[in-house]
Amino acid sequence: ISTLVLAEHEGGAIKPQSVSAVKAAKSLSNDNPISLLLAGSGSALHEAAANAASCDPSVSEVLVADSDEFSHPLAEPWAKLIHLVQQKGGYSHVITASGSFGKNILPRAAALLDVSPITDVIEISDPHLFVRPIYAGNALCTVRYTGAGPCLLTIRSTSFPVSPILTDSKSNEAPITQVDLSTFGEDSVGKSRYVKHTSQDTERPDLGNARVVVTGGRALKSAENFKMIEKLAEKLGAAVGATRAAVDAGYVPNDLQVGQTGKIVAPELYMAFGVSGAIQHLAGMRDSKVIVAVNKDAEAPIFQVADYGLVGDIFEVIPELLEKLPEKK
Amino acid sequence: MKIMVAIKRVVDYAVKIRVKSDKARPIEHKPSSGVETQNVKMSMNPFCEIALEEALRIKEAGMASEVVAVTMGLKQCVDTLRTGLAMGADRGIHVETSGPLYPLSVAKLLRALVEVEKPGLLILGKQAIDDDCNQTGQMVAGLLNWPQGTFASKVVLDKEKQVVTVDREVDGGLETLCLDLPAVITTDLRLNQPRYATLPNIMKAKSKAIKKFTPEDLNVEIKSDIEEVQVTEPPKRKAGVILSSVDELIDKLKNEARVI
Repeated sequence: ISTLVLAEHEGGAIKPQSVSAVKAAKSLSNDNPISLLLAGSGSALHEAAANAASCDPSVSEVLVADSDEFSHPLAEPWAKLIHLVQQKGGYSHVITASGSFGKNILPRAAALLDVSPITDVIEISDPHLFVRPIYAGNALCTVRYTGAGPCLLTIRSTSFPVSPILTDSKSNEAPITQVDLSTFGEDSVGKSRYVKHTSQDTERPDLGNARVVVTGGRALKSAENFKMIEKLAEKLGAAVGATRAAVDAGYVPNDLQVGQTGKIVAPELYMAFGVSGAIQHLAGMRDSKVIVAVNKDAEAPIFQVADYGLVGDIFEVIPELLEKLPEKK
Repeated sequence: MKIMVAIKRVVDYAVKIRVKSDKARPIEHKPSSGVETQNVKMSMNPFCEIALEEALRIKEAGMASEVVAVTMGLKQCVDTLRTGLAMGADRGIHVETSGPLYPLSVAKLLRALVEVEKPGLLILGKQAIDDDCNQTGQMVAGLLNWPQGTFASKVVLDKEKQVVTVDREVDGGLETLCLDLPAVITTDLRLNQPRYATLPNIMKAKSKAIKKFTPEDLNVEIKSDIEEVQVTEPPKRKAGVILSSVDELIDKLKNEARVI
């Protein structure tokens, strides 16, 4: 067994979900050399590679693919890169985190390798036996990989939690190697072009990794009212989430949606305000450690998963919470 | 230009699914073998409805000549295909299979059909709400060596330049890509609001052509390198408590759960 982990990086550091992917790789077997693959271009890539080399003592090698083709996360060159590196290194497993990046690229790479990928893995029972949720998490399916080729997985980072990266463990640095791209070819190049990326830059923690998430539903009634949720999140140092209904109604941008087709979160504390609890929403947050629900409908399904429920008007409860919650230092 | 749309028959999104307790069940159409599908309402996968709607809108805008809907699986999938024809697809293709069908095989069958039909665009839902795989579009794009625009929330076709601009819903916001045709697009929820099939159109759909294929006709061998071992219910959360005031909530969070 040997594993290739496709890592994402940003601002010269590898992302926490990629460290979760390393953790998942470690759980495959005790004797499992792990190679981390980073691609991109320029100095941020090499900074991230240095950071990745010491992110976990079990990383035995960092592979760096430096080319303008990888400046943006386009599936076409990246899937090809995985194919190339896997063929050269003969890895038995390829793992990446189940974000929009991994979900876009890994199945394409699997097709190039003629294997079935297994996406959204939440548990690794043995090197070829995995558990993944189906039907929006209303059932769990155990899947065995029986193929002769490499086993390609995307893992839910919330199921393989990691503590914050300690970058001071310089004593344990894996060697960094450049990927030889001379055989990369150009036949898929240029068929897709990156145009732009739009995001709402905020100071708030990232929804996928936040310790606390405060979510609002359609009951907030307007984008203006939704600001109460944001204020509460600020006070708690929390990320903001939303239901599909709140996103569809235009209260907040789409990347805040929690649920089957949005983000999957599992924070220490999840607070849902005016959220009814459709199964598609529960699919995205049911693994949270502590769930608080506030809703004026006592019959709302959200109360069935909540540790603490409060039946009441969110327009009274939220201001009261804002007033009474201790200030976050 | 022709547009091909892949559609899948799944347990209706509003049905509360039940995990079968009988482990010795017969193998049925994947992935529902561990989940009760007898006497359960089946529908077109919601993401596939969005995919079909987008194709119809492109055609209605005069940018495409024909919309071909494709489905795969048991013979009952024809019902779902008829729904697609009633929504407005011009004709249908059904690849009839009996055993489990995983995304790799679906992608290979789609590639074979693309070689027959030669569409300029292949549109699929980003995932099916039964197996939640989110794989097929990416895989068929890889097999065809076509560019892919997954999780699309906006699609703008430029017929003259033969390109399509796609806004994609990604973790950190929206990403815009420009793809050369032919291309694969997978749809996210906010791309459009699918239409309902009207009664006259449902009647009209009955006379639209559905062509049948078998995997052998298409020279695709259905083999699978994964196997479903078991399906279980997720662990239940233990029952919580209903509190009476904000003060009590803050106290519980501070002193019992110790999360604030």
